[in-house]
Amino acid sequence: MQVFLTQVTDVQRLVQGVFHGEKRAIARTISMIENNEPEAQKIISLIYQKTGRSHIIGITGPPGAGKSTLVEKLAKELRNRKTTIGIIAVDPTSPFTGGAFLGDRVRMQDLSTDEGVYIRSMATRNNPGGLARATKDAAHVLDAAGKDVIIIETVGAGQSEVEVVKVAQTVVVVLAPGLGDDIQAIKAGQMEIGDIFVVNKGDRENADKAVTDIKAALELSTEERRWKPLVLKASALTGEGIGEFVESIEKHRAYLSKGALDLQRRANAETELIEALRQKITQTIIQDLRQKGAWVRATERISAREIDPYSAADNLLKQKAKPPKHEGVQA
Amino acid sequence: MSKKEKKIRVLIAKPGLDSHDRGAKIVARALRDAGMEVIYTGLRQTPEQIAETALQEDVDVIGLSILSGAHPTLFPRIMQLLKKKGMTDVMVFAGGIIPEEDIPALKKAGIKEVFGPGTPTSTLIEYVRNNVSK
Repeated sequence: MQVFLTQVTDVQRLVQGVFHGEKRAIARTISMIENNEPEAQKIISLIYQKTGRSHIIGITGPPGAGKSTLVEKLAKELRNRKTTIGIIAVDPTSPFTGGAFLGDRVRMQDLSTDEGVYIRSMATRNNPGGLARATKDAAHVLDAAGKDVIIIETVGAGQSEVEVVKVAQTVVVVLAPGLGDDIQAIKAGQMEIGDIFVVNKGDRENADKAVTDIKAALELSTEERRWKPLVLKASALTGEGIGEFVESIEKHRAYLSKGALDLQRRANAETELIEALRQKITQTIIQDLRQKGAWVRATERISAREIDPYSAADNLLKQKAKPPKHEGVQA
Repeated sequence: MSKKEKKIRVLIAKPGLDSHDRGAKIVARALRDAGMEVIYTGLRQTPEQIAETALQEDVDVIGLSILSGAHPTLFPRIMQLLKKKGMTDVMVFAGGIIPEEDIPALKKAGIKEVFGPGTPTSTLIEYVRNNVSK
């Protein structure tokens, strides 16, 4: 444990540090991924084979529902069961200044010196969907570092911040009483992604009504689902329902292990591949095209409304000597 | 794109037992508005919590805010723990109520600069930008 990695730039040593669960190495590696440093891809390629062991739990829900507080209670309960934990807590980046105020740790103070817990606050850096671009790869790092469970807390999410389904194996949607009536519960997006719904602040009035509303809305679903989402009431404040919460996570994990996990893995693998391809293709094509005069001309013509962006893109691609098969890129 | 997206990461921490964090929040907000990623951990942090958080969050800078007068014991302890964890490249500054005569000892312990009440946030932002070591 006591190998200091103060100024380590050597990728191999960093990766070995990650495998040994050294916090300094984990921390530096996640930063390199976040900063999109050239070594980041090399690191992922070296750790990837050691990933896929952790159970990844996504915690999402609207701002103020009590996600961070619930994460702390969940983590403590898991620690009682000798589970090691990695937490990635995502908060928004200001679209105006690029800065971020990362305050989720305020609710997780008791965990900060627990040797079995690693917490990382992460700014979205304007990535849409409720997670940062680096969140998934940071989870890979914690996975390779041997954490039994990884908890990913999304930004305070609206109805369409659903990226967490592509990263987590078990998705928990945290709600609070009084956030909306049963019509809100029927809406698409967040209400469709939960494997478990937790009505937090269960000590407040109307909590039971919120549970009933969510259950009723879920029953309207005509979609054939092998997993019927669980709905439960909890209070991160009093600790009520936390045991039941952990048990429902265990139930979902047991369900996954009976075949569903393989399907989910394959779907996630495809998403990862498409995202990697999309990044590489746009990177290569745009870098190449930008060096040509046609790029500037096209931009000018679009801004002058002489041509629409789709036709301009077609023209640019035609001008490339060997156009790549871009038809398949639409995910 | 593959461009580097380095941001300055700052931990704003309040060691000790005082329960007034307006100054810390103003500093956190100012640094955020200057484009930095600011991790705020709340009140009453122990030196162990602060050093451990700095390690896990891989911060470039730590700002310590204190009003209780416990800085002569707490600050050197934090610096020791950081060193023990291999975090020797982190820039640490302090603010709050710190008597002039205490400053040389704190600097000797590794605190890079001490800012008193009334310091304009622009001074602080500039100082952080110019002194961050990574």
